[in-house]
Amino acid sequence: MLGLNNKDFRFLLIVIALTMATPILLQPFPEGSVMAQFNAGYPDLMQRFAIFGIFAIGFNILFGLTGYLSFGHAAFLGAGSYSAVWMFKLLSMNVIPGIILAIIVSGLFALLIGYISLRRSGIYFSILTLAFAQMSFNLAYSVLTPITNGETGLQVTLNDPRILGQQVAANGNVPPTNLFGLEMGSSFKLPVGAWEFTFNAGYYFCAVIAILAFYLSLRIFRSPFGLMLRAIKTNQTRLNYTGLNSRPYTLAAFVISGMYAGLAGALLASMDPLAGAERMQWTASGEVVLMTILGGVGTMMGPVLGAGFIKYFENIFSKINENVLHQWFSWLPDGLENIVIWVAEHFVGSGWHLTSGLLFMLVVIFLPGGLVEGGQRIAAMFKRKKADDDSDDAGHHPKQSPHVAE
Amino acid sequence: MGILEVKDVGKRFGGLQALGDVNLSVQENTVHAIIGPNGAGKSTLLNCFVGKLIPDTGSVMFDGQSVLGRTPYEINQMGISRVFQTPEIFGDLDVMENMMIPCFAKRDGSFRLHAFERVNDEKELVEQAEQMLIDVNMIDKRHMNASSMSRGDKRRLEMAMCLVQEPKLLLLDEPTAGMARADTNNTIDLLKEIKEKRDITMAIIEHDMHVVFSLAERITVLAQGTPLVEDTPENIKGHPKVREAYLGEAH
Ligand SMILES: Nc1ncnc2c1ncn2[C@@H]1O[C@H](COP(=O)(O)OP(=O)(O)OP(=O)(O)O)[C@@H](O)[C@H]1O
Ligand SMILES: [Mg+2]
Repeated sequence: MLGLNNKDFRFLLIVIALTMATPILLQPFPEGSVMAQFNAGYPDLMQRFAIFGIFAIGFNILFGLTGYLSFGHAAFLGAGSYSAVWMFKLLSMNVIPGIILAIIVSGLFALLIGYISLRRSGIYFSILTLAFAQMSFNLAYSVLTPITNGETGLQVTLNDPRILGQQVAANGNVPPTNLFGLEMGSSFKLPVGAWEFTFNAGYYFCAVIAILAFYLSLRIFRSPFGLMLRAIKTNQTRLNYTGLNSRPYTLAAFVISGMYAGLAGALLASMDPLAGAERMQWTASGEVVLMTILGGVGTMMGPVLGAGFIKYFENIFSKINENVLHQWFSWLPDGLENIVIWVAEHFVGSGWHLTSGLLFMLVVIFLPGGLVEGGQRIAAMFKRKKADDDSDDAGHHPKQSPHVAE
Repeated sequence: MGILEVKDVGKRFGGLQALGDVNLSVQENTVHAIIGPNGAGKSTLLNCFVGKLIPDTGSVMFDGQSVLGRTPYEINQMGISRVFQTPEIFGDLDVMENMMIPCFAKRDGSFRLHAFERVNDEKELVEQAEQMLIDVNMIDKRHMNASSMSRGDKRRLEMAMCLVQEPKLLLLDEPTAGMARADTNNTIDLLKEIKEKRDITMAIIEHDMHVVFSLAERITVLAQGTPLVEDTPENIKGHPKVREAYLGEAH
């Protein structure tokens, strides 16, 4: 079905089902309960899951398959956001032209940076991409101010031409981003008993695109092209002496993953129509590397899981403040309570990065294959009790590099 | 005219004349061995055929075209496949995937963006690859991870990967170096089988006289970067100069 074998097709169906049910699945705790703060079923966060999932899926096509570790993919994310906002300013607030332009611009941008960076491999490649991304960040921040609006960031204003759409909405504001009239911000709230589920147009738009992006990457993984990319990671010498030119293959992978990043950037702007230079900063590039490694390099689901994991904890942990901690630990004796809170508060709120760093270390040390490996281990524990048949799990998780696979 | 014509090839490394005026002609459908003591320049010479090194002087013509200045993948596309001293295979991939890559390279050339096809839909290529695995007795290992195999099997796989491309010339650089006797004999048998089953031209660099005399139809003896003699195995065995320069040391 759809050019997939049965196993992959089933896998895709599961992914679709999970994505569609996300607003329900991520809202397990009743409104007003103590645990409600761990709910993640609100539009802004769910949109981020889908968008950063796309970013990481694309990044994995380069890093997971070829092993080329780019530290500059945020440059394409930023380029995508700027392109989309420009379309909102010039054409209309419909998100489609913005997304199309973003994919084209980031693709061309990736072609340029990839063409130069791929003259080197290994650490030199990583450094080159990092240097390019930092250059882009600085250009966006200062030199290219007419295009990027410098440190203020690019925004939509009432004076923008928007030649195909409305300049000003009926209420006197800038019109909202929309898909042929369907506002990205519009939501439908469904109360069920003590629960309340939010179905947001923006989320579903991102989710459908994420599914397409996932499907595309699944096809690439199973294609001869994907096979060549994996061969590049394993042994370039053999590949060259087998009559294959590795350069255009890596460049194609680089451009494709750059286009994914541009798409993600455009979606960020579609959900919230602004673009700033900080989106191109090296921390943003590093984040997608962490997502991919945390989830499982070279696996289909890993990057998505990693993106969800990081974005979830970033949101939840950074929301927890001293007051919340006091509530939690109020049962402790006063002196002890203060000590515990003093320790804990370094790991929450703006200190969340400390927690993410620790989590990352734990995963890399104990689960070198990422969260997917964790899942496989748990699944294997259950399976061992059942038949030893069906051991061919590799289908979903194409070979990982040796240090990851062991 | 041989399929590979080497004329006056010279190569210096700093002050060392690694190759000087090498002339050599490999005839179609023969196994041509290049032997010589350590440091004679055998590997250097082979590297000049495959695009890894460019000689300072002379020419290397393959099938009527110069190979000099071409990259390894271009030379492979001309019809030269190479087996390495330590097997170079795709360790993270399984045996069948290892076999499919040269099949694609042969059919589609050095690059093709076939991102929407499926590897397993290429029935013709899959069949070719499987047939080759049958020929080298590895078909039962086709789902095995390549890096988990024994060294002998890796060598077998590497040869299968080269042979499935039906190269006009197969180059082998010390295919049995560092192998146990049993593996060496296996490799000899494999090469003999291959030779019987299909027309193939091979140039083989080898230290092991047992291997050389079991396979070669022509032998070139290289010493200090220049060919000493070129002749049939029988004549080489008895040649006084060769005994002095090479066999004397080896035995
Ligand atoms: N890249 C290089 N730079 C400098 N010197 C080199 C280089 N490659 C080979 N040499 C030298 O050239 C000479 C020939 O080396 P080569 O490897 O071709 O010999 P060989 O006949 O293959 O020997 P062996 O039987 O040990 O493999 C040696 O003296 C070697 O040290
Ligand atoms: Mg050598």
